[in-house]
This record gives sequence, C-alpha cells and structure tokens, in this order.
Amino acid sequence: MGRKLLLENDHIEGIHSYEVYRKNGGYKSVEKALKSMTPEAVVEEVKKSGLRGRGGAGFPTGMKWSFLAKPEGVPRYLVCNADESEPGTFKDRYLMERIPHLLVEGMITSSYALGANTGYIYVRGEYFYIIKILEQAISEAYTNGWLGKNILGTGYNLDLYVQCGAGAYICGEETALLESLEGKRGNPRIKPPFPAVKGLWECPTVVNNVETIAAVVPIVNDGGDAYAAIGIGKSTGTKLISASGHIKKPGVYEIELGVSVEEFIYADEYCGGILNDKKLKAVVAGGSSVPILPADLILKTASGEKRLMTYESLADGGFATGTMLGSGGFIVMDESTSIVKNLHTFARFYHHESCGQCSPCREGTGWMEKILHKILDGHGTLADVDLLWDIQRKIEGNTICPLGDAAAWPVASAIRHFKSEFEAYVTNRKSIPDVKYYFHCNNLDAAAAYSSL
Amino acid sequence: MSDSNKITFSPESEALIKNLVKRYPEGKHKSALLPALHIAQAEFNGWLSAPVMDKVAELLNLQPIEVYEVASFYSMYNLKPVGKCLIEVCRTSSCWLRGAEDVVKHIEKRLGIKDGETTTDGKFTLKTVECLGSCGTAPMLQIGQTFYENLTLEKVDKILEEWKDAGKHSSYLDEHTFRNI
Ligand SMILES: Cc1cc2nc3c(=O)[nH]c(=O)nc-3n(C[C@H](O)[C@H](O)[C@H](O)COP(=O)(O)O)c2cc1C
Ligand code: FES
Repeated sequence: MGRKLLLENDHIEGIHSYEVYRKNGGYKSVEKALKSMTPEAVVEEVKKSGLRGRGGAGFPTGMKWSFLAKPEGVPRYLVCNADESEPGTFKDRYLMERIPHLLVEGMITSSYALGANTGYIYVRGEYFYIIKILEQAISEAYTNGWLGKNILGTGYNLDLYVQCGAGAYICGEETALLESLEGKRGNPRIKPPFPAVKGLWECPTVVNNVETIAAVVPIVNDGGDAYAAIGIGKSTGTKLISASGHIKKPGVYEIELGVSVEEFIYADEYCGGILNDKKLKAVVAGGSSVPILPADLILKTASGEKRLMTYESLADGGFATGTMLGSGGFIVMDESTSIVKNLHTFARFYHHESCGQCSPCREGTGWMEKILHKILDGHGTLADVDLLWDIQRKIEGNTICPLGDAAAWPVASAIRHFKSEFEAYVTNRKSIPDVKYYFHCNNLDAAAAYSSL
Repeated sequence: MSDSNKITFSPESEALIKNLVKRYPEGKHKSALLPALHIAQAEFNGWLSAPVMDKVAELLNLQPIEVYEVASFYSMYNLKPVGKCLIEVCRTSSCWLRGAEDVVKHIEKRLGIKDGETTTDGKFTLKTVECLGSCGTAPMLQIGQTFYENLTLEKVDKILEEWKDAGKHSSYLDEHTFRNI
C-alpha cells in the first residue's frame, strides 16, 4: 500500500466536520507555521519538498511562491483554483467534499507564507453544493479562531472567502480566473505581467490548485524533506488521480508518484482492471488536454521501459510517443471504443469552451468539431483527415492562453496513433461498430423498457 | 434599457447581495456580479430576463452592459425561460464512454423533446453540458445543486417522476449556500 498524505484520514467518519478533523491532527500546520516558523521558512520547506503544481502544468510551487512581488503597502492575495473543469478530472471535488478543512488549513498556512491577508477559493459554479460545504468549514474555522484577526494571538490576520464561477472551463486558466473573480468575462490576460506581479485587482497574487494547497499541510507538518523522500526524481510526493472510463473501480486514488501505469490500471488497490475483462485500447492519462496513447505506449515507453506515473516517465518520448501527467484525469478506453467518436466529444468540448478572443482557437475549434462530425456522419474524406491535422497545427502556439494547445493536442495525438481508424471511417463510411455502452449495474429491465419505447 | 423598476428582489436576496459585496475591498463590488446573477436567476424562475439583469446592475451600481456581457459569457446563466426542472446531462468523454448518449436519448423519448428544448407544459428543459466533474460516477446528470450519478435508465425514470410535480424551479443555490459576513 502506498502512503497517503492527503486522503490519509478519508475513511474516518465525520472527517468533514471541524471537531473530527481537529481531533485527528487538523490545523497542526497552522499552529506550527504561525507559532514557530517565519513565512520565509515555510516557503523554504515547500521548495525543499519539490511540490509541483497539481492543476496541470506541474510548475514548482516553491519557486512560484518566491516570485511573488512584495511592494510596500500593496495587498497580496492567495487564490485557490477550484474551477476543476478539465474533462476526466474530479479529484478536487472529492477532496473538498470529503475533507474541506484540509483545504481551509492549507489556505491559512500558505497565506501566512505569502504574507497574504485575504484569500479566495474560486469554485466552479456547477459545484454549488461544495460551495455550501466550504462555507460551512470556513465558518467553523472563524468560530474556532483559525481565521479572522490576530490568529492564535500571533498578530496575523486572514480573511477567507469562497467565490463561485458560472460555467466556463476557461476560468480554470489562472488569468481568466482572476478576470472572473473581478466580475468580468473569463478572457485570459496576456502575460507578462504574471499574476505574481499583477494579479487580482492588479495586486501580486499566487494562484494554486486545490490539491497543491492541500499538500502544503503535510509538507509543513512533516517537513519538505519527508515529502521529497516520496516519489521519483523531480516527481515528489503523492498525487490524486481521477480514474474513469472502462475500468472496474473508477474513483479518486492517492498514489505515490512512481507507481507503474500497469499497476495503476490492473491492481485491485487502484482501478482493478478493465471493465468486463476486455482489452485495453487507449488511455488519456492527464485530463482531456493531454495526448491520447494506445495501450502499448501507455504501458511501456517507446524504448521499452515500464511507464510510470510520474511527470517525466509519462512525458518520455515527447509528443511523438509520450504524453503528460497533467491534472491526473486518467480516462481508460477498452477495445470497443471508437477513438474518433471520443475525439469528437473532446472537440465539441473545446469548441464550446473557447472564450473567443483568439481567432485560431475560436475558429479552429469550431472547424475541428464540424469536420469530426462530418466524418462520423459518414460524409468524410481522406482530405478531411489532413485538414484536421492542418488546423490543429495552426492553432497550437498561436493563442494567448494554452486552451488552443489543449484543443490541438488531443486531435494531433488521435491522428498520430490511430490514423487507420480515421481512414477506415472515411473509406468504409461508418463501418466501424459504435462503442458499446456499459452501465454500472447492467439493468436488463431498464434496457428492455428502453428498447420497447 | 428595460423596465427594471417592475422587478423587486425579496428583502432576503437583496440583503444577501449587499452582504456579498463585503467580501471584496472597497470599490471592488463588481466582483459580486457572478454570485448576484446566480441569486437573481434562482429568484426569478431560473432565468435572467433583461429587466432582472438591469435590476442587478442597479443593485451593484454597474452599467447594464457590464451585466449583459457577463451573463452571456457563462453557460449556467439562462437567457431564455426554462422549465421548472432543468436537466443537465454531461456528454463529454468519460460519460459518453459509460452510456451518456443512451441517457440523453431516453430522456428525449420520455419527454418528447430534443436537447435544448422545453416540454410544452413547461415542466422540463433538457440541456446537454460538458464535463461536470463526475466522470468516475458516469453517466451523470445535474438538476439544480444535485448530482445524480451512476445513472441507469431506470434511475432516470425515477428522477423524472420525482421532478414532474416540482413546485419551484430547480436552483443551484438556496438560502444557506452563502455565509453571511
Ligand atoms: C484552459 C485551461 C484550464 C485550466 N483549468 C484549470 C483548473 O480547472 N484547475 C486548476 O487548478 N488549474 C487549471 N489550469 C491551470 C492554471 O492556469 C494554473 O496553472 C494553475 O491553477 C496553477 O496552480 P498550480 O501551480 O497549483 O497547479 C488551467 C489552464 C488552462 C490553460
Ligand atoms: S465526463 Fe461527464 S462528468 Fe466528466
């Protein structure tokens, strides 16, 4: 069994409540940091831990924190990115729902390290029931003296608020998130300036993912070195993986970075193998934006090494034969899956979610969706497959924010690894059997009722 | 500009919107716009008419255009009337892999409407949406703040039954969602 740092107490009944959380060691990191450490010392531990941003980009958190500008008399902000909208990703929801105080605690300890006196947790609007849970946890933290003025008598003040989104994937991009938090449309900003210099209301701001902020708690409690001792190389600590698709046990798993992909898919401790014991066809390992890989390349690198769940191993081979850890949204597809159809759901998603600022993304995502629709409808040609390739290439790198890249990569990788499937679609016109659908409980009555309609 | 003085928020909603403004520094009240629009939508039958948006502008001391441009950007704000029960079915990859298309087809058949339409009795609106963070419990649909997960067609039937006589519009939030400050 791997070690768990974030979900260690997940099984304890009532852990969402303040009393139970506190009784099980909750808020210790706040006591330790505020009473016995300088803010710089906290930043130092986070640097030592090797923690990398868990929102998708994997940027070293300690380094990001040390970039925060500290002009005299200007407020600084810590903003938690709980927009979680990358298809295949549901770990932040799980964490906030089950152990909301872990995020609140992480926000307090991290804000102290950054010298921020106000923090916001920006939660996607669809998670309104979680907003309620967080608001409750924050109220409890105020009542028990962990938030507000003069926390623990140390003179440190912090106010923490929850902000709701309203349905826009783009607001997960940090500068779009800040625009949205300012009450505007979620159009990403041109960088530089980076949020660390000019962020929320033009003040220095750190934006971090829910899981990143939660990880600060064990890092401060046990020290950065202890955290760094877990994992392999520059992939330190544990990572929450959201596993979905054709597997026996979908769910959120906390893994030690370095577990092999094969073990993750097949071990009972994790996904438990492919649903109905079918064969594995493909995996999207890090949320919809990362390149899809066929079974052989996800289990082993092109050079024949065992593929591991680390930033480096998943990226081995670059985009030609590798992928990315991304947000840890691990989508598994069995042998019956139509890659073209799956790609269509992604293309439709990015088209729907493009903010419309940059022409290559606004127009390109629409074109890609339309062409895929045409191919699925049985009207595609070989030239359409080339056109798809051409469009994705023209989006990549030509937009203000990485949503354009995120829309291009799934298309590029699907064509790169499954070109024959596209060709079969356009030459045989729909000769590929449609994906079969699986329900958790194969309810025959419902199926019969459905077919008789 | 539309006739916003015909619109009156309940004293509770108006107080809540005023209270939300306290979450931001002096002069940054515009930040309360997204939550305020959610509150408005919940109060006025699940959608945002021009007069309602104008009223929000007035309450937050913003120009109406600042409200319209935000309301039209985010997919959770409905700019047209919706049925009492707004059913949002996720159609993205993980849900599709586990049968979301069948769920949509089933609801379409049962209600006699297509994606995006409202039943003639005004009871149901069906909307397909993108990943709602419930991929591990796919297929799923959302009604108001409730996630219905691990759907089977039988479960879908039960949900439709449960909502068919709904008195109020389904809503993402309730009076306890936001903490008063
Ligand atoms: C289109 C797009 C969507 C994103 N969505 C999210 C998201 O939902 N959650 C998140 O934490 N980061 C998201 N990110 C990454 C953020 O821009 C940012 O890198 C991250 O919040 C930084 O936190 P971290 O360093 O702790 O990972 C997204 C980026 C892009 C380009
Ligand atoms: S794909 Fe449907 S909830 Fe994520």
